[in-house]
Amino acid sequence: MASHSHNDAHHDGHSHGSMKSYVIGFVLSVILTAIPFWLVMTGGLESRGWTVAVVVGMAVVQIIVHMIFFLHMTSSAEEGWTMTALIFTIIVVVIMLAGSIWVMYHMNTNMMPGHDMDLMSVPQ
Amino acid sequence: MTLTEFIFGRLDWNAIPYDPIVQLTFVAVALGGIALVGALTYFKLWGYLWNEWFTSVDHKKIGIMYMILGLVMLLRGFADAIMMRVQQAIAFNGSEGYLNAHHYDQIFTAHGVIMIFFVAMPWVTGLMNYVVPLQIGARDVSFPFLNNFSFWMTAGGAIITMISLFIGEYGQTGWLAFPPLSGIGASPYVGVDYYIWGLQVAGVGTTLSGINLLVTIIKMRAPGMTMMKMPIFTWTSLCTNVLIVASFPVLTVVLVLLSLDRYVGTNFFTNDLGGNPMMYVNLIWIWGHPEVYILILPLFGVFSEVVSTFTGKRLFGYTSMVYATVVITVLSYLVWLHHFFTMGSGASVNSFFGITTMIISIPTGAKIFNWLFTMYKGRIRFELPMMWTVAFMLTFTVGGMTGVLLAVPPADFVLHNSLFLIAHFHNVIIGGVVFGLFAAINFWWPKAFGFKLDPFWGKVSFWGWVVGFWVAFTPLYVLGLMGVTRRLRTFDDPSLQIWFQIAAVGAGIIAIGIGAFLIQIAVSIWKRDQLRDFTGDPWGGRTLEWATSSPPPDYNFAFTPVAHDVDAWHDMKARNYQRPTAGFAEIHMPRGTGAGVILSALAVICGFALVWYIWWLAALSFIGIVGYAIYHTFDNDRDYYIPVDEVIETERKREAQLASLKA
Repeated sequence: MASHSHNDAHHDGHSHGSMKSYVIGFVLSVILTAIPFWLVMTGGLESRGWTVAVVVGMAVVQIIVHMIFFLHMTSSAEEGWTMTALIFTIIVVVIMLAGSIWVMYHMNTNMMPGHDMDLMSVPQ
Repeated sequence: MTLTEFIFGRLDWNAIPYDPIVQLTFVAVALGGIALVGALTYFKLWGYLWNEWFTSVDHKKIGIMYMILGLVMLLRGFADAIMMRVQQAIAFNGSEGYLNAHHYDQIFTAHGVIMIFFVAMPWVTGLMNYVVPLQIGARDVSFPFLNNFSFWMTAGGAIITMISLFIGEYGQTGWLAFPPLSGIGASPYVGVDYYIWGLQVAGVGTTLSGINLLVTIIKMRAPGMTMMKMPIFTWTSLCTNVLIVASFPVLTVVLVLLSLDRYVGTNFFTNDLGGNPMMYVNLIWIWGHPEVYILILPLFGVFSEVVSTFTGKRLFGYTSMVYATVVITVLSYLVWLHHFFTMGSGASVNSFFGITTMIISIPTGAKIFNWLFTMYKGRIRFELPMMWTVAFMLTFTVGGMTGVLLAVPPADFVLHNSLFLIAHFHNVIIGGVVFGLFAAINFWWPKAFGFKLDPFWGKVSFWGWVVGFWVAFTPLYVLGLMGVTRRLRTFDDPSLQIWFQIAAVGAGIIAIGIGAFLIQIAVSIWKRDQLRDFTGDPWGGRTLEWATSSPPPDYNFAFTPVAHDVDAWHDMKARNYQRPTAGFAEIHMPRGTGAGVILSALAVICGFALVWYIWWLAALSFIGIVGYAIYHTFDNDRDYYIPVDEVIETERKREAQLASLKA
């Protein structure tokens, strides 16, 4: 039964993409990789901050391109379950990362001053 | 390095504990083990066990094996509990009690780890494994081999943990092994390593079984069973498996980082070189809080099924029950800091997590009211599952309220790490998870074995547990309010002794409850012909698992049922459903395989070798795991067809069974 249903699973909305979609994905990822490379190799924009922002932005777009064209994660794939799982994952990961940074920042700033190594080395 | 050190790592004769209590236990376990092996050999049961159970990929058999694992480990975990209660009851007025510090610290660590990872988790997973495919009208889970492999990895983790009792030691760190105490500096010997590898091996099983059940529920539901027509137990199982998949990787990573600190000298959680032990506490509770909801959610589902079945009514507020479950699933990721309010965050962080914690009690409270409204004006039958459910509602509500109390950060500063906390979480875990599991076992046992459990011994077990729980843990609430902290071995203040003595009596009453449960099973098997149920539906059930025979045939359903209602089977009965008696076809089924047992055995060897620094063995067994896993992928003989004659014969017998009831 299980392997039977496994075979069936390939027919219900589980797209493996076409030659065309793979080519589009490939071209897009090449462009999205080439632009940051070119930017950094030629010395970047005038402001360093803008360069970093563009590189990071390209990386985010790159992730989305991979998800759509290579992982076939559209809102309709697998009756929407892929998208639901993605949104849930993003929520949980954001909570864990943002929460941990917030919590650990508080812990570190509230350390007792007496435990500060620099203060202890101050001559009396 | 000498040759002996190369071959045996740090394993030597000193690893055999010198403690007479442990040695006596070892003798008893060894004799029991020899007797068991002898009996199995004498009655020629090895082949039967191997072919019909160990290598089986049938979700029903795997579910039952999970339950047996949980029961065996419960006895170990409870032995630890009794030893702690006795120690604390007598270690007053200068007495050191009968346990030295080294032994006592291992006991409270092992008690926590075993009860959570090797009792509660196998029981919950086993229950979901057994019931979910039947409830959704499926013939097995999505990945039957993976299911067998998951079980054996969980069992492998339990075996590694049990080996530590007789070879070496277990951690002395408490059940979450916080650094720097669990670091190599403070815990140089093997205890923490046993802890790490036991949990890592079992964690593989838990994660894979979570993925498996998640996919099963999403992909293999009977036609007509839309999401909002799923039985409530299936819904809560879905949410629990989402939590497993999203949170167990965190535990795995935290333990990997701790292993790196211990094995190769990194500094993730040390006090030096930029390490931070507080990060460990933060990360492990990001897993730890969802974990408690992983345990309780399926039992909320069980109580929902039991209440609606035994009041003969549709569940009140099905939709709100589903939303409450989903809300709890998401909120369980937003509360983890309440486990360490006192570690030093500022007021804004503490109040945020205090408030999110209190908010969780709203969906939980909604569930309690839904159960009460389901009972309202129902024809309640106080059979055992219903008794456990009522005891749960009374007990769990008190546990929930002390939880909300602890969620107030200033109150928590007074009660943190006190026995009040211990009383609180035993209140919700015993009152919720354990009572729920007993409700479930009494409820679904007839489905699994074709006869009911004996009600007399069931009631003895029920009263032992309920009364024993309150006698054992109310004193801990009192002591906690007086400021007594957890994990103490000896006491100075003689006025406290009476409370510990009462608690020890309570643990004794719980022991009666456990003993009565074992007797209940034995008596029921003995008297199975009197307790027999041929209907397959002994309680007037409402969901699809009651539509098939008890025990169900290997293929569960000859024809995939069609669901038109949340209570699909109740709906079918109301519309005079007739069993199909013709038109059967051969049925495609997965074939059993020994690969799960072999891979898990290699994993146990690998874990043991890593604990003792036997590097050659660790490397060999790891290569063995990878190699055998690859070899297994080339095994294409994974399925077979149950011939149509066999299906017809099975269904004809079932027909005769039902006819004999009408006659």
